Amino acid sequence: MSQDPKEVIQAADPANVATINFGPTHPSTHGIFQNILKVDGEKIISSEQTVGYIHRAFEKLAERRPYNQITPITDRLNYCSSPINNIGWEMTVEKLIGVDIPKRVQYMRVIIMELARIADHLICNSVIGVDAGALTSFFYPFSEREKIYELYEELSGARLTTNMGRIGGFERDFTPVFHQKLKSFLKTFPKAFEEFDSMLARNRIFMDRTKGAGPISAERALSYSFSGPNLRAAGVDYDVRAMNPYSSYEDFDFIIPVGVNGDTYDRFMVRQEEIRQSLRIITQAYNNLPEGDYKADLPDFYLPPKADVYNNMEALIYHFKIVMGETELPVGEVYHAVEGGNGELGYYLISDGGRTPYRLQFRRPCFIYYQAYPEMIKGLPISDAVLTLSSINVIAGELDA
Amino acid sequence: MENQNNQEYLTAIQAAFGADVLAHEEAFGMLNIELTPARIHDAISWLQQHQDLSVNYLTNIAGIHYPESAGREFAVVYQLHSWKNNVRLRIKGYLPKENLHIATITDLFAGANWMERETYDFFGIIFDGHPDLRRILNMDDMDYFPMRKEYVLEDATREDKDDRFFGRNNNEL
Repeated sequence: MSQDPKEVIQAADPANVATINFGPTHPSTHGIFQNILKVDGEKIISSEQTVGYIHRAFEKLAERRPYNQITPITDRLNYCSSPINNIGWEMTVEKLIGVDIPKRVQYMRVIIMELARIADHLICNSVIGVDAGALTSFFYPFSEREKIYELYEELSGARLTTNMGRIGGFERDFTPVFHQKLKSFLKTFPKAFEEFDSMLARNRIFMDRTKGAGPISAERALSYSFSGPNLRAAGVDYDVRAMNPYSSYEDFDFIIPVGVNGDTYDRFMVRQEEIRQSLRIITQAYNNLPEGDYKADLPDFYLPPKADVYNNMEALIYHFKIVMGETELPVGEVYHAVEGGNGELGYYLISDGGRTPYRLQFRRPCFIYYQAYPEMIKGLPISDAVLTLSSINVIAGELDA
Repeated sequence: MENQNNQEYLTAIQAAFGADVLAHEEAFGMLNIELTPARIHDAISWLQQHQDLSVNYLTNIAGIHYPESAGREFAVVYQLHSWKNNVRLRIKGYLPKENLHIATITDLFAGANWMERETYDFFGIIFDGHPDLRRILNMDDMDYFPMRKEYVLEDATREDKDDRFFGRNNNEL
């Protein structure tokens, strides 16, 4: 366990205190954020963060874009799991306009969102390995993530910034290639994943490095409005999928893993277990995939097929109306949250009936929990600060918006 | 109120804060309550400590700018969540543009720190008692608050981006 931070600070001799920059472009920050650390030898006495290096004014941009043009913005929040962001946004708009989504679309969305969660957690956990000195375990999951990206590609044409789905459903149904690739993924992934797990989960070196690194208590995590795996690692079983089920999550049987100490090892283990649970959810959703349409009957928002646009006057009119944003929208305030890769990803949308949002705020879990970082690393060596940073999985895109 | 839980929350808050509850509605299943800005800190603190209501989680803080509503140009919105009853509620305070002060809730929720800094950064709302109210996402020497509606995003001379084509007419800003 780490020393009591108070003792460290009292023991610090001003003559020995050095100031160092951790970031903004250091490889181990995995993104552009700066931490100005005051250290006594190896021990961190205090730190101060600077964020906003990749702030792209998404909330301002969103005020000048029709609803369907906001989906690509959401890609760039947490770009490790863009489909969750896309679908979360689409569900927010659907809540505003009040539309019944076919069961098949809901199940398809669950499959895609859980695939995205697996991809997100895989990267985070393998990067924890890298920061603890284990590079091999970083390469193993990459071939698996590649398969998930191929699945995205099959459904949306894109790999990283997916712009997945449309308001009302998907752009296309699961293709035969998608079915084949998903089946083979479900078959081969568990084995590859357990191999990855066996490299780190009970590895003596890894455990020694991660246990006690960057702990946070459940009370402090709650006070800091933590959510997602970081909160669950501290022992609080809050998960939006269970608390406010969306997209038919209530149909599936899964458990919400929790940790005890809220340290790096617990965060790693919570994510590992969540990958297994995501896999269970995908299997259940895929085996019970209902028949039906891959989109809701929503001509005012869902673009007609391109072939119709060229040949059919009605379709052309709808295409024009949607693209030009000439659609009647209800006035109202909606908050919709989904369980993103890092926690409660919320969209607070205020519509005044105009074709763009009057105000759109993203509740970005990274931004909210990253402020606890100085408290988590106080009194720890710098190497633990690196591990803590990668294990809370701060994604610069989501942090800065 | 369609949701019985929301009704209970509203009744309890009305009983405790009486005349300070200025307005309320249920929007898409979520309870919205407008309070006198000066009482918001007390109300959130009361909700947090209340045994039954037990509002334990601060979801987010948002600023909103309504340039056309005189005397209530800025809104500060607190979205809170009670896990015990699974009730989400929204507490709003409206501030006039001449006096953008509201009490900080960083003493109640540590996570409010950055949320308030962000609201300050983009809207210029001053949270009294905040330990470190500086800009957070924008650069420190920026001299305006960019999310305010008077700062239009696109080139105002572009005809195709005219606000009239966005279903609203607020060119007099």
